[in-house]
Amino acid sequence: MNFAPGDAVIVKNDWPEAHGPVHIRTPHYLRGHKGRVVRRLGAFRNPEDLAFARPAATRALYHVAFPMRELWPEGGETDDVVVEIYEHWLERP
Amino acid sequence: MNVLEADGEALLAALRKLLAEKQIVTDTELTERMAATDNASPGQGAKMVARAWTDPAYRALMLEDGAKAAEAMNIPMRGMPPLGVLENTDSVHHLIVCTLCSCYPRAVLGYPPFWYKSAAYRARAVRDPRGLLAEFRTRLPETVKIHVVDSTADYRWMVLPKRPAGTDDWTPEQLTAIVREGDMVGVTIPSI
Repeated sequence: MNFAPGDAVIVKNDWPEAHGPVHIRTPHYLRGHKGRVVRRLGAFRNPEDLAFARPAATRALYHVAFPMRELWPEGGETDDVVVEIYEHWLERP
Repeated sequence: MNVLEADGEALLAALRKLLAEKQIVTDTELTERMAATDNASPGQGAKMVARAWTDPAYRALMLEDGAKAAEAMNIPMRGMPPLGVLENTDSVHHLIVCTLCSCYPRAVLGYPPFWYKSAAYRARAVRDPRGLLAEFRTRLPETVKIHVVDSTADYRWMVLPKRPAGTDDWTPEQLTAIVREGDMVGVTIPSI
């Protein structure tokens, strides 16, 4: 899926680690949360497959900003967490 | 025999021999990379920052492509992850963390400080950045928005701090001397 800067996104509420060994670059505290695409960082071979020496497709990587208040009940109102997220973890709200 | 119980030195020698035999990496390349890793230090990043403060074209290059800016200062970047540089301004302050492990812009800053890898730093940076900064004696006005950058994937991130007031007539060498490791991670801000 293609995203542009400014697009609203949701990180998939998916927990593949519950079903066996995995390598994931999507921190748990972001899953199911809403953010906004800041920039496209390029495309890289999917580390989830590279980690197991499997054939790895190239995936777009996005910088996504999450308001602190969206993530934590006591989060600062003005502050953001900005995280690199692969395209296959992002959905449109 | 279990690989975890093997003699480390013998295992390393065997691995290097295999890498060479399979033409994956030569012994010379390995030695070069080890030297580059050991030579990297916050002093390199500080030189980049001082030049960005005094050379607008270099600042633009650094914000566009950190790896190219590093190479322009003779810092070896071949085979390294892309380097992104984020600029602190009057309205935005960046703080770098890696919650998943300890991703750090080693090519330009060297080995990470011990606290960068600690569970406490990693957990608190994304949840209570202002409290964490206060422990580094860094206080930001409420009007400054904090962007905590969680370095999770294929990029490495470095902060271009704000140039302190009162340094207008300073040389790049004088400026380099006041830029500390923490300033380029965002836990501290340069001061004179």
